[in-house]
Amino acid sequence: MATFVNLLIAKYNFWAFAILMMIGLYAMIAKKNLIKKIIGMNIFQTSIILFYVSIGAKKGATIPIISHVLHGESEPTIIPADYINPLPHVLMLTAIVVSVATLGVALALAIKVHRQYGTLEEDQIHSIIQSK
Amino acid sequence: MILQYPALLITLPLIAAFIITAFGWLNQRFCYPIAVITLTAALYISVELLLSIFEVQIISYRLGGWPPPIGIEYKVDHLNAFVLVLITLVALLNLVAAKPKVDQEFKEKSGAFYALYVLFVTGLLGITITGDAFNLYVLLEITALTGYALIGLGRSHAPLAGLNYVFMGTIGASFYLLGIGYLYLTTGSLNMADLATLIPALQTSKTIVFGFVLCLIGLFIKMALFPLHNWLPNAYSYSPSAASSLIAPLTTKVMIYVMIRLVFSLFTPAFSFSNQLLTAVVVWIAIVAIVMGSVLALAQKNLFKMLSFIIIAEVGYMVGGFWLGNSDGMTGAILHIANDALMTLCLFLAVGNIKYMTKIERFEDLKGIISKMPVSMTVFIIGGFSIIGVPPTCGFFSKWYLIKGGIVANQWGFVIALLFSSLVNTILFFRIIEIGFFSSGDNSNVKGHGSATIREAPIGMLIPALITAGLLVLSGLYTNEFVTYIILPVMP
Amino acid sequence: MKRIGLIVVALTGILFIYGIGEFPAWSDPLSPASMHVSPYYIKQAVEETAVPNVVTAVLADYRSFDTMFETTVIFAAGLACFILLRKFEGKQARSRLFRHINTGVIVHIEEGGNLPLANPNFERIDSQWTPYDLIIKTTCRMVIPFLQIFALYVIAHGHHSPGGGFQGGVILGASIILFAISHDLRSTIGRLSEKKGALLSSAGVFLYAGTGMLCLLMGASFLDYSALADLLATDSVWARSHGILIVEVGVGLSVMAVMIWLYYNISSSGKHKEGL
Repeated sequence: MATFVNLLIAKYNFWAFAILMMIGLYAMIAKKNLIKKIIGMNIFQTSIILFYVSIGAKKGATIPIISHVLHGESEPTIIPADYINPLPHVLMLTAIVVSVATLGVALALAIKVHRQYGTLEEDQIHSIIQSK
Repeated sequence: MILQYPALLITLPLIAAFIITAFGWLNQRFCYPIAVITLTAALYISVELLLSIFEVQIISYRLGGWPPPIGIEYKVDHLNAFVLVLITLVALLNLVAAKPKVDQEFKEKSGAFYALYVLFVTGLLGITITGDAFNLYVLLEITALTGYALIGLGRSHAPLAGLNYVFMGTIGASFYLLGIGYLYLTTGSLNMADLATLIPALQTSKTIVFGFVLCLIGLFIKMALFPLHNWLPNAYSYSPSAASSLIAPLTTKVMIYVMIRLVFSLFTPAFSFSNQLLTAVVVWIAIVAIVMGSVLALAQKNLFKMLSFIIIAEVGYMVGGFWLGNSDGMTGAILHIANDALMTLCLFLAVGNIKYMTKIERFEDLKGIISKMPVSMTVFIIGGFSIIGVPPTCGFFSKWYLIKGGIVANQWGFVIALLFSSLVNTILFFRIIEIGFFSSGDNSNVKGHGSATIREAPIGMLIPALITAGLLVLSGLYTNEFVTYIILPVMP
Repeated sequence: MKRIGLIVVALTGILFIYGIGEFPAWSDPLSPASMHVSPYYIKQAVEETAVPNVVTAVLADYRSFDTMFETTVIFAAGLACFILLRKFEGKQARSRLFRHINTGVIVHIEEGGNLPLANPNFERIDSQWTPYDLIIKTTCRMVIPFLQIFALYVIAHGHHSPGGGFQGGVILGASIILFAISHDLRSTIGRLSEKKGALLSSAGVFLYAGTGMLCLLMGASFLDYSALADLLATDSVWARSHGILIVEVGVGLSVMAVMIWLYYNISSSGKHKEGL
């Protein structure tokens, strides 16, 4: 029990990631409206971004902008533990951009579907397809 | 300059895509020639890389001048060099054959089409050549995005099929990203070679195993292995034929290459094959994929859907053959990457020709087509023989290696599935050949052109198809050299 | 379907949580992720690239190849929406609404009627029109230039504060979209036509890839900015800083153009006649 509580408190960022991911996955599988599925896809990708960014956090550290070393002032040593890990942020900039691009393309396809079938509900679309 | 080839191979098509877009707005006539020139240059560079690999064994290129793992690294060895040549060859052949189809289907957006085409090829080339796990994800997404757009352009149910492909593709790529995230969490590095040195020390960690499984599941979704294959038949059937004959031969094979690359270079083979349960499960999934792919292909009436299910079965061959774990199976799987890409291209080109000239898609309507389109049908027949596995086409040799691998590993289920699938393919293709030979005299089902005016496809579409068919036979004859010089050095 | 969804989701969730036990605790400075490569970035970034913002340095120099492909992803998304949605010809709407500027009267003209297209006293408004609102239009017209200046600040100051090409580009795009929302789509397209937007987006990514090619032609590896030192007449460290600025400008340009292009295509579903 103590270890479970420990698990819950010390690693709650990973719990948040798991719950968010499951919400997104459920929306993509179980919802019938295409726009709700697209939103679920966005939540799914966001959960992974949360996972990566939470890897980079460090206790008591500040943002990775080295503010006092400029223009040839005396150079104090830079301790890496004072700054949070920049690499996950860089990777997730890319992932956010990719998720926005995918959202754009998915919305364009949804507009095309609506133009063609007149509805965005998957079961109605399937019945239109069957009846053709 | 030759030292810069790995970077040039990616950046020349990339810059060309931007120039093509600009010209699409300024003067559309230049788009097609620029695309052809770029792909020819890419083919030349990739062949040069292959030839230099024979001497040097491995080429490593540091982007931005930073040593790995600080920066991103490109690594070319035997395995990627031939996949690079394959990608550029298939793309070039298809581009030459695609021009009449593009002009027929969407003339005013052809500039954007060629730009997306070249971007797709850039993405695939980048996936093959990169040595950094996160760079692979970005390139995977470029390939996926351009693929979604190319597929969504088609007619009838294409937008819905495209949207389904978007959902499945995003889940697949996100799982891959998550797997890399798990690896990063425990090791702190993203470079493949660096990870390979760090992983053996952490072998018993649950996180690494979990990351491995996640990466694999992501790749399985992208390559349409059996239970996760739902997006493939619809996506490939409804897309415009110029696009599907590019995407179908290449996407799944490059994903299989990525799986092989991950197992060989990132998670060392010792680690990957150490878990007996995992390899057994994957081989059984592959067996089910082969059987179900073949059975579902029998049930189809539409030519394109039939070919898509054959692709699903072929993916099962390669995945099962690879995970058998012995050298013959792996050789067969890698050989089959090249062979299957060429076979699929050959069949899709032939069927695309038929669709371009006659708009027929159901093969029951193909009565008497052999006398009217002899060249296209010959190409189709050669492709069909190769899929069945008739010597001397290349399909026979890769099946031979796969069956040998199955026998050595005592996986009789795999051998039986392979033989069953060959039987089903025989039925499928001979059925079409029979319909094609015997004209019933009444071609009232033929839409678009009257029965008297079905001609052979224009010469621009015939030449690539003939070249591909010739390559099928040639590569079958040269299999021994191929295996000795290219595949054996890769084996661990 | 909902039950299958719930079962799959529950199983997957349990699997994920089972794997959490071994993860390093949150915000642990000794986790392997923070010990392997990133200390190098933090310690050496200012020395090697003269850029205090370590994230920008890693994004645009150490891992600049990833960023180039990221810009290409955005470009591909704009191109994809264009090729999927754009309809060059189309039926005109059956009835149109016109507003007399001086008096504010709305005129509804059915099909076949006389459309006062060339008459300067009438302006066309969208079919789903909102009442003409002087406050919104004037406020947005006043705010947009400041937004754009701020966006340029974000791009240029990416070296010293959080920011950079992507963020600045999005704000620039948002300023133009604000104009399109507060006024209407046609006047926005009149100011920044689709052709200019597409050319701008190609130019932006071309700037990025072109800088890389320039470095390649000067003899170093692709995207190795120190090769530009002779061209920019500085030493190699400052050449990296300036190289980073150039590619960030390229990225910002491209992102802005693609955001606007996407908005044009999605909001008017390809016809570019009426927006939101």
